[in-house]
Amino acid sequence: MADYARPLPQPTPETRHFWEGCNAGELRLQRCTACAHTYFPPRPFCPVCSSRDVEVFKASGKATLYSYVINHRPRPDFGEAPHSIAVVTLEEGPRMMTNIVDCPQTPEALQLDMALEVTFEKAGPEISLPKFKPVKG
Amino acid sequence: MKKKSVAVVGAAETTQMGKIPNVSQIALHADAALNALKDAGLKISDIDGVATAGDSPVEVAHYLGITPTWVDGTSVGGCSFMLHVRHAAAAINEGLCKTVLITHAESGRSRVGARRFSRDPASQMGQFEVPFGVTSPPTMFTIPVLRYMKEVGVTEEDLAMVAVIQREWAAKNPRASYRDPITVEDVLKSDMIAWPFRKLMCCLVTDGGGALILTSAERARDFPQKPAYILGTGESCETPMVSQMEDFTTSKAFRVSGKKAFDEAGIRHADVDHLMIYDAFAHLPLYGLEDLGFCERGEAASFIRGRNTAPGGKLPLNTNGGGLSYMHSGMYGMYALQESVRQMRGIAPAQVPGAKISIAHGVGGMFAASGTIVFSNEAP
Repeated sequence: MADYARPLPQPTPETRHFWEGCNAGELRLQRCTACAHTYFPPRPFCPVCSSRDVEVFKASGKATLYSYVINHRPRPDFGEAPHSIAVVTLEEGPRMMTNIVDCPQTPEALQLDMALEVTFEKAGPEISLPKFKPVKG
Repeated sequence: MKKKSVAVVGAAETTQMGKIPNVSQIALHADAALNALKDAGLKISDIDGVATAGDSPVEVAHYLGITPTWVDGTSVGGCSFMLHVRHAAAAINEGLCKTVLITHAESGRSRVGARRFSRDPASQMGQFEVPFGVTSPPTMFTIPVLRYMKEVGVTEEDLAMVAVIQREWAAKNPRASYRDPITVEDVLKSDMIAWPFRKLMCCLVTDGGGALILTSAERARDFPQKPAYILGTGESCETPMVSQMEDFTTSKAFRVSGKKAFDEAGIRHADVDHLMIYDAFAHLPLYGLEDLGFCERGEAASFIRGRNTAPGGKLPLNTNGGGLSYMHSGMYGMYALQESVRQMRGIAPAQVPGAKISIAHGVGGMFAASGTIVFSNEAP
């Protein structure tokens, strides 16, 4: 997955903290200071109570595997080998789309609810993508 | 809606279906529209309301030579036409227009004059889904299913059975793209697309279109075709990003839209004679049966396995063969509506004898949106 000739995210003012965090090796989430709800993707208000009183914090990077597919169709931007496209549930509650890396891309190796941790892959001069890998041991 | 009811008085698909490299997308819109006008015995000047999705209703109106007093460009994916029917019914009841034309057309396979599909890399999807390889329905719509399978005990064989039974319906339909019988084994041996989805669990990609014409139930009796009355309608949406669905085992948009339509129609599940559930992929009918309340959670697979939705079963489902075997040009909701109308008229190739109530339930995007229409061939 070293070839990143693929569509990269273009940060906006409301999401910049997240992508800057990825570059700094931190998974950053947002929390509402009014109702304590933790959420993702980023936005400048709480999606539960609409309060604009929100803060950014560093998440643990721990997650579990919620669901996934293994794409078998060759793609010019992702290469020929089958690869996982997964949704993980972060320890703090929100879910995010990602890829599971550092393990075989097979149903046997990718068990739902397995423990995962974040790892950041440099994808461009200003973008690192948050990927997840199995927790060893 | 019952006091001031609305009916479908014209319905038609494009003259050709499947692979149509000699007709552009806008001309497919027109072909479907002209066929529907002929079906209804109307002239283009009788139309004063226009709706379409994907393409602009302005483009369709101008191409056909319509100057409407009501325009709806609601475009929330393949169920948009269910929403158009719902909005048109309200508009007709409110006196905003009298006779509405709803069209769908897509040169989905041949891509003749088809719009280019791209996502802005600064959009939420462009930032938080696309970079991980999520770009097309086979890698998007499919993502929730492993969680559903684990939670409720559904197997790959169960998914395959959905495709097998829909092929049985397609075999009865001369216009279906695929009509040869298939087995569970055939499905499980077909090419892997995105595990656990095999090729025969995924919908077709074809060219084609369809059009509907609606007017007040009062006027509907004067038309040449048997009216398909609209008893109830529902719509909703959840999230543009499949990763942000509240629960991967159930669609909130399905539940909200379905309940709204049932409540408005004032019917019970046992009253439903015929059902269409948009099947872009084999898991959709399972979610639909459960989220619309026809089955308890986790029971849809055994309901299908028990042949309840098959020819001869008590709840005939996707009787045209569905997106899996009939047709899928990109926004299949129109074809589900067309089949419901045919069943209400009593002219479907696989006609359900004596069917009086039909439901067409659509999905838009990847569980992003939903629309539900309850039809009856008896005046409400």
